[in-house]
Amino acid sequence: MVRNAVIAFILAVGFVSPALSQHEPVLDEANNNVADLKSLQRGAKYFVNYCLGCHSAKYVRYNRLAQDLQLSEQQLDENLMFTGEQAFDLMEIAMRPDDAARWFTVAPPDLSLIARSRGTDYLYTYLRSFYVAPDRPTGVDNVVMPGTNMPHVLWQLQGTQRAVFHTDEHNAEVLEGFETVRPGELDAKAFDEAVRDIVNFLDYIGEPIKQQRQQLGIRVIGFLLVFLLIAFMLKKEIWKDVK
Amino acid sequence: MASTEADVFDRLGRGLSALGAWIDARFPMTKLIKEHATEYYASKNFNVWYGFGVIATFVLVLQLVTGIFLTMNYKPSAAEAFGSVEYIMRDVDWGWLIRYLHSTGASAFFIVVYLHMFRGLLYGSYKKPRELVWIIGMFIYLALMAEAFFGYLLPWGNMSYWGAQVIVTLFGSVPWVGDELAEWIRGDFYISDITLNRFFAFHVIAVPLMLLLLVVVHIMALHEVGSNNPDGIEIKEHKGPNGKPIDGVAFHPYHTSKDLVIVIVFMIVFAAVVFFAPDMGGYFLEHANFEPADPLRTPEHIAPVWYFTPFYAILRAVPNERIGVALMGLAVLLPFFLPWLDRCRVKSIRYRSGFYKITLMTFAVTFVALGYLGLQPPTTLVARLSLTFTILYFAFFVVMPFYTVREKTKPVPTRVTW
Repeated sequence: MVRNAVIAFILAVGFVSPALSQHEPVLDEANNNVADLKSLQRGAKYFVNYCLGCHSAKYVRYNRLAQDLQLSEQQLDENLMFTGEQAFDLMEIAMRPDDAARWFTVAPPDLSLIARSRGTDYLYTYLRSFYVAPDRPTGVDNVVMPGTNMPHVLWQLQGTQRAVFHTDEHNAEVLEGFETVRPGELDAKAFDEAVRDIVNFLDYIGEPIKQQRQQLGIRVIGFLLVFLLIAFMLKKEIWKDVK
Repeated sequence: MASTEADVFDRLGRGLSALGAWIDARFPMTKLIKEHATEYYASKNFNVWYGFGVIATFVLVLQLVTGIFLTMNYKPSAAEAFGSVEYIMRDVDWGWLIRYLHSTGASAFFIVVYLHMFRGLLYGSYKKPRELVWIIGMFIYLALMAEAFFGYLLPWGNMSYWGAQVIVTLFGSVPWVGDELAEWIRGDFYISDITLNRFFAFHVIAVPLMLLLLVVVHIMALHEVGSNNPDGIEIKEHKGPNGKPIDGVAFHPYHTSKDLVIVIVFMIVFAAVVFFAPDMGGYFLEHANFEPADPLRTPEHIAPVWYFTPFYAILRAVPNERIGVALMGLAVLLPFFLPWLDRCRVKSIRYRSGFYKITLMTFAVTFVALGYLGLQPPTTLVARLSLTFTILYFAFFVVMPFYTVREKTKPVPTRVTW
């Protein structure tokens, strides 16, 4: 009886769940790997060159970055610090938030935690989904976040593309795909890789401790399993006369 | 050589027992240890369900200790709170671990307490003579909800902010004094720096003090009447020639050694979450809370943290807010009356009717379903299902006195079974 009730409940939830989920744009999987050091290093470089002009990462310290990404002080200085920062500084920007709000309608958000609030798939898809829209102030729009105030910062790499929509049976516009208008420096595959590196870097700065956390977790659980065995034997010994 | 060593231990032993006697003449140390550990007899046939009390105590201590370390680096101000949490996560040595232990501990506390309460339902632990144990426990649960609610604002993320906004607004629907009440709680016309400061005060000192006191009282009341067991019979009714319950074993070392195993198993599961899924897919740490509080922009979908969602679903089940709030309050208060709503003389589900078993399982499913529905964006389907399950929730309590009084029960054994 109980089992039937549980099965009925699981089935009910299973049928109801899809109906409950909201309509959201389909996201491509980022498939990034924060253990990939080379990817993180490339991502850091893209980040300071393309993102850090407008977006801060104000909880991230340069020297922590160098340490985690295995960069020497010289590499850090030559590749990631361009405006006279000190290694112990945070990744802040010179643009004042109220100016930024005037220029872009909203101040570009700090990116320290963007991968944790939005998710990596979202970022990966967002950065690849800008398309030409001449009626927008920035000349582009975005499929993932329609009406975004962010310009297509990576256009030199990606080139420009047109979005092709079709109208479905509910009269809603559904994205069919993109058509290249003008090719960029990178082909589609290389651009996807570049975006993956950026997203990987954002994922890393969202939680710099992630990798160490998981490594430590294995050791902690290993210890607890040994402790469990000892505790279990102790319990057996103490209880052996209880009938 | 060996004889001098033995001599040292001998003298040390005599010194310690002299110290013990000295203390016992001034404070009931040995008496307390005997009454609550070495000579507190609890049934030998406890199953896993009886482990959640000790796990809850473990989590309470964990929360207190990690909480103390968090306050060393946390700044309770609107300008600094969010940044100070990130400072803890990135710059404070082991800060990330302390914070994850605390955030995971919050959710774990509720899971454990819900299971602990369900154990009470399964084996009739709220029934005479344990009514007060149950009622004090319900007060602990209320204090825990307050503690969680105050604590949830502290990271000053956008979900913290809007979650608090929504919940404080609920007090606004109290008749006559609602708006003033909400304003009084916030200390301002909206959730602000002032609110954060006072919530911090409640979270780190007022409510924890209350919780600790209530837990002590809960255990004192329990030890006065003795623990229930999965058979729901009183082990005190069958005493051996030595005056001890035949079916009982001393809390220490028997139950302590068993509880140690149970706590370690819990720690393994807990560590798996802390180290491998501290967000728990957005249920323990919500995605929107990684954005700082913004009074001008709401998160896309505001839902309380999962442990409040069963009651939140009840609130949303009816279209009228005032009735919704009243129903929610009633839903929280009804379990207080269980000792008198349940009129069946048999305690344990093992010997109760099939009807009660079905009813209790339905109630468990209802509670989980309401929790799930409370997390979903409000659609008509969600509202309709919420209403159905809300009715089932209340039916469990309302119908109870009528069928339990003439329930067909099985014969209860006189001695506990394994």
